[in-house]
Amino acid sequence: MMPDLGKYADAVLSSYAVSIALLVALVAFSVIRARKVRAQLDDVEQRSRRNG
Amino acid sequence: MASIWEYANPKKFIQTTDRLLPWMSVLAAVTLVVGLIWGFFFTPDDFRQGSTVKIIYLHVPAALMAINAWLMMLVASLVWIIRRHHVSALAARAAAPVGAVMTVIALATGAIWGQPMWGTWWAWDPRLTSFLILFLFYLGYMALWAAIENDDTAADLTSVLCLVGSVFALLSRYAVNFWNQGLHQGASLSVAPGERISMVYKLPLYVSMTGFALLFIALVFLRTQTEIRGRRMRALLARERMG
Repeated sequence: MMPDLGKYADAVLSSYAVSIALLVALVAFSVIRARKVRAQLDDVEQRSRRNG
Repeated sequence: MASIWEYANPKKFIQTTDRLLPWMSVLAAVTLVVGLIWGFFFTPDDFRQGSTVKIIYLHVPAALMAINAWLMMLVASLVWIIRRHHVSALAARAAAPVGAVMTVIALATGAIWGQPMWGTWWAWDPRLTSFLILFLFYLGYMALWAAIENDDTAADLTSVLCLVGSVFALLSRYAVNFWNQGLHQGASLSVAPGERISMVYKLPLYVSMTGFALLFIALVFLRTQTEIRGRRMRALLARERMG
C-alpha cells in the first residue's frame, strides 16, 4: 500500500533511500569497528598477561 | 545517589553502558521505524508542498541531531578541558562521525526538497551556509583527532576546535531568526504566533525526532566504548614496545 506521491515521488523516495542508507552504513560501521577493537584488545591483554 | 563523575571511570562507563545499550538500541530502532513509517505511509499531502512534506521526518530530526551532537561534544570538551576526564574527550570523539552523518542527511534531504520547492538544490542562505560550515567543522574535527598520535594532545586541540565550531552550531540553529533574507523558512516547530504545523504532521515528527535522539545516544555509547578500548589497547602496545 504505497502512498501516491504524485509528481514528487522521485524527491521523496530518494530522500528516504539516501537517509536510510547512510543510517544503516553508520550503524554497521560502528558495530563492526566495536567488535574488531574489542577482539584486538582481548588479544593484546592476553599477550601482556602471558608476558607478565 | 551516585555522582555523575563516577562515569568518568572507563570501567564504570563500560559496565553501565553495556547494560543500557541493548535496551537503548531496541528502543531507538522501534521508535525510528514507527516514526518513519507513520510519516511516510499515514500522513496526508500538504496543500502547498504536496508529498514532499514527508521529507520533514528525516530532515528536521537529522538537522536537530546535527546541532545537538556538536553541543554534546562542546559539553564533553569543556569537561575534558576543566576536569581532564578521558571518557569525556573520547565521548566527544565518538559523537563526531554520528553528528557528521546527521549533517549530511540534513543537507542532502534539504537539497532534494529544495529543488522542487525553491527551484534550486542549493542557495547561499544563512542557515544552509552555516550548516555547510558546521559539516566542514565536523570533518576538520575528525581529521584533527586522526592526525595527532598523542591522545591527550589530540583531545586538547580538538576541544579548542569544538569551542570555535560551536559558534556555527548555534548560528545554524538561530540564523533563521535574525537573518531574514534567506530562503529557509522559520523553525518547523515554532511556538511563536502565526502559521503552525498541524498535529497530523507534528505527532509522527515527534516520534521520529525521539528515534533519531535515541539512535544518537545508543551510537555514542557504543562508539565511546570502542574509543575507550582503543585507547587502552594503544597504551598496552606502547608498554610492550618499551619492553
